[in-house]
Amino acid sequence: MSREMDTKIEKTWCPGCANFTIEAVFKNTLLELEKEGLDLSKVVVLSGIGCHGKISDYLNLSSFYSLHGRAIPVAEGIKLANKDLIPIVFVGDGDAYGEGLEHLIFAAKRNTNINVFVHNNRVYGLTTGQFAPTSPEKFKGRSTPKGSVEEPLNPIELMLASKASFVARGYTGKAEHLKDLMKQALHHRGFSFIDILQPCLAYFDSRDFYGKNVYEMEAQDVSNFNSAMAKALEWDYNNGGKIPVGVFYNQKKLTFEEKICLTN
Amino acid sequence: MKDFSFLIGGKAGDGIKQAGHFLAQLFNELGYNIFIYEDYQSLITGGHNFSIVRASDKRILSHKQKVDFAIVFNKDTLEKNQENFKKETIIIYDSDVIQSNDLPKKYKAVAFPMSNVLKESNLPLIVRNAVSLGILAGILKIDFELVKKIIENSVHKKIEENIKVAEIGYKEGLEHKNGFEIEKLKNEPRKILTGNEAIALGAVRAGMKFYFAYPMTPASGILHFLAANEDKFGVKAIHPENEIAVALMAEGAATAGKRAMVGTSGGGFALMVEALSLAGQAEIPIVFVLSQRPGPATGIPTYTSQADLLFSLFAGHGEFLKIVVAPGDVDEAMFLTAMAMNLSWKYQTPAIILSDKHLSESVFSAYYDENKIKIEQPKLWSGKGDYKRYSDEKDGISSLAFLGDKNAIVKATSYEHNEFGITTENSEEAKKMAEKRLRKKITLLKELKGEKTINVLGNKKSKNVLIVWGSTKGAAVEAAENLGIKVIQPMFIEPFPADEIKKELKGAKKIIDIETNATGQMAYILKANGIEVDEKILKYDGRPFIIEKLEEKIKKIIK
Ligand SMILES: Cc1ncc(C[n+]2csc(CCOP(=O)(O)OP(=O)(O)O)c2C)c(N)n1
Ligand SMILES: [Mg+2]
Repeated sequence: MSREMDTKIEKTWCPGCANFTIEAVFKNTLLELEKEGLDLSKVVVLSGIGCHGKISDYLNLSSFYSLHGRAIPVAEGIKLANKDLIPIVFVGDGDAYGEGLEHLIFAAKRNTNINVFVHNNRVYGLTTGQFAPTSPEKFKGRSTPKGSVEEPLNPIELMLASKASFVARGYTGKAEHLKDLMKQALHHRGFSFIDILQPCLAYFDSRDFYGKNVYEMEAQDVSNFNSAMAKALEWDYNNGGKIPVGVFYNQKKLTFEEKICLTN
Repeated sequence: MKDFSFLIGGKAGDGIKQAGHFLAQLFNELGYNIFIYEDYQSLITGGHNFSIVRASDKRILSHKQKVDFAIVFNKDTLEKNQENFKKETIIIYDSDVIQSNDLPKKYKAVAFPMSNVLKESNLPLIVRNAVSLGILAGILKIDFELVKKIIENSVHKKIEENIKVAEIGYKEGLEHKNGFEIEKLKNEPRKILTGNEAIALGAVRAGMKFYFAYPMTPASGILHFLAANEDKFGVKAIHPENEIAVALMAEGAATAGKRAMVGTSGGGFALMVEALSLAGQAEIPIVFVLSQRPGPATGIPTYTSQADLLFSLFAGHGEFLKIVVAPGDVDEAMFLTAMAMNLSWKYQTPAIILSDKHLSESVFSAYYDENKIKIEQPKLWSGKGDYKRYSDEKDGISSLAFLGDKNAIVKATSYEHNEFGITTENSEEAKKMAEKRLRKKITLLKELKGEKTINVLGNKKSKNVLIVWGSTKGAAVEAAENLGIKVIQPMFIEPFPADEIKKELKGAKKIIDIETNATGQMAYILKANGIEVDEKILKYDGRPFIIEKLEEKIKKIIK
């Protein structure tokens, strides 16, 4: 029998927020994986600080609601201490691409066996609308009223360059597709990364733009680094261009924890 | 009294440290107590380095300024270490790099062409340390077999060749006119350890499974020692991307049930402070080693200081229980580290071990029996009912379950939370939780009543009292013994053993605070606890106190 997966406390995300979608898709993913034999008591939800982070409170699963930008290293410590645990790290774009970027890069470099799902609304939600590392150039946020003068980071490109072994992009407007990505990520042995595009209804409503431009990638050779990189560069996170979603790269290699144990 | 001091001086790359260790092992084998002070710069080659090795028939925790023997590899040593020489000092020098007229006439000298002997044997200059070990053993009429044994134990390449050149030196030493036979004591050799090694051993004995650290002098010795002995100790030593990751990985490991420690110096500790506060809020056990060096900022990396006392005490935003201990020698480093680990787990709160370069990297003879250390279990969850990670208990201590435990939903969090670990902003709940966390201190104070949290040393009847903490203990205790005065050394900084100190200060005439910082940080803590010191002796040049000079300063105050 599956356990109640909701803590049943009041949810304070804005009505219609895409975080509800991510939460629902994740629950469905776990339900399906549970049928395949996943033990929910081994799942550890982690989150950073931001609107996204509230998911730790809402899920009736073991969790570690970490500091802003600092969920990933906690997950790495957990995995090192107990390799049977399955850390799933929900982070924000400000959180993982700004405050704690070094941890994201190094977790990918090590191929530590954790899952990182980024709620990428391309804005700082909880702190009420400042520009984020993936905000488009000229983005008018509360700290950049004249428009941001920085180019956005491309996290897919960054993760490929950082040697991540599973790299995908999802979109909250494509819930079934996102669920499939989450399942693949959880099946992948090694560092799994999904950049989940989500609109922020309060501070960056990108629904129209995504609606017009997001498309599902056709099946391709996901073991080919060069073609993955070419695909990653198709969209630069600015305001324009077509946005492929799906798996960019999936490679099998030994995980950090496995290698550390091999040196015994 | 049998008490000998040796200085070895040269430039970085000359193998000064190894030479010091040779001598320490030699005298350890002869039953002497050992102390080594290493003075080196933050560079890989060049500069000026020296070690002072002291061997004594009594327990010692400090070096002396004036040495009986000096092994001199370069001219710089003659100039820069002048104040370490007295007229009886026997100076053994490499006559291939130093001319006899470089040497002030007042010294007794043993000239030996060390460089040439090595050149003829096709050995690198670093082997001068083996040659000089031989010379010294010859002068002191020590059995050459012992020299051989030490070289065999510590040299890994060209062992035979090392022994051969040591023997050439030995023969030269035997001939020396000022030679005498050194007495072999009845004591068995002891373990000789650096403060860093002692901290590592204490942690291992107290159940540490992970040590996370980013390299930073003077704490790196812990990382190197544990990494080299991972399998022997059953631990993993891990070097992540920075100190922020270090502290958070350790907290992740602890939440999954494994004991972890982290180590660094001031700059790295500054980066860990947010995680320290997280451990306070989320009630995560974690031990931080803060090995101090002079600051601010990068400061003077390879020298010593006690200027982070208040930083460690006040580190971390918000209010929560923190345990801070300050060992003064390797024995205390071992048992206080173990105690900090056990208390951190029992009280689910961070602990800090305050060390400094002078404790971390000096070498001491160890007396403490590691087997006395026990792993003390925290209050574990019974497995019955719904698990509340932060259940509100009378003693402030909630029972522990770990991530992955069957039937327990374990919710750790950086936000203020209810008993289940779910975020709250409710005023009553906030107050309740703050009080629950702070109640742990009351429980801890009760437990500590039965423990030794201060040392009282020297002449316990004296009305002149020195107050010292950490590595300053070494020089101060010996100075106090020589002067017949009393020493109080708090080993706990938080909770601060104010009552215990006050009891010992009853009737004191003069209270002198001694620290290696410029502002008297311990005096500040004492004052906050209602204890006024009369005088402060402060040193903030990166060098530790040295017995003779400290004695003079104290004398002036108590005359
Ligand atoms: C060290 C630190 N700096 C700043 C903050 C304030 N803060 C909270 S959330 C946040 C940004 C949130 O943006 P993002 O990570 O994108 O999450 P979102 O709210 O958009 O889900 C910031 C700056 C903090 N909690 N801690
Ligand atoms: Mg965001």
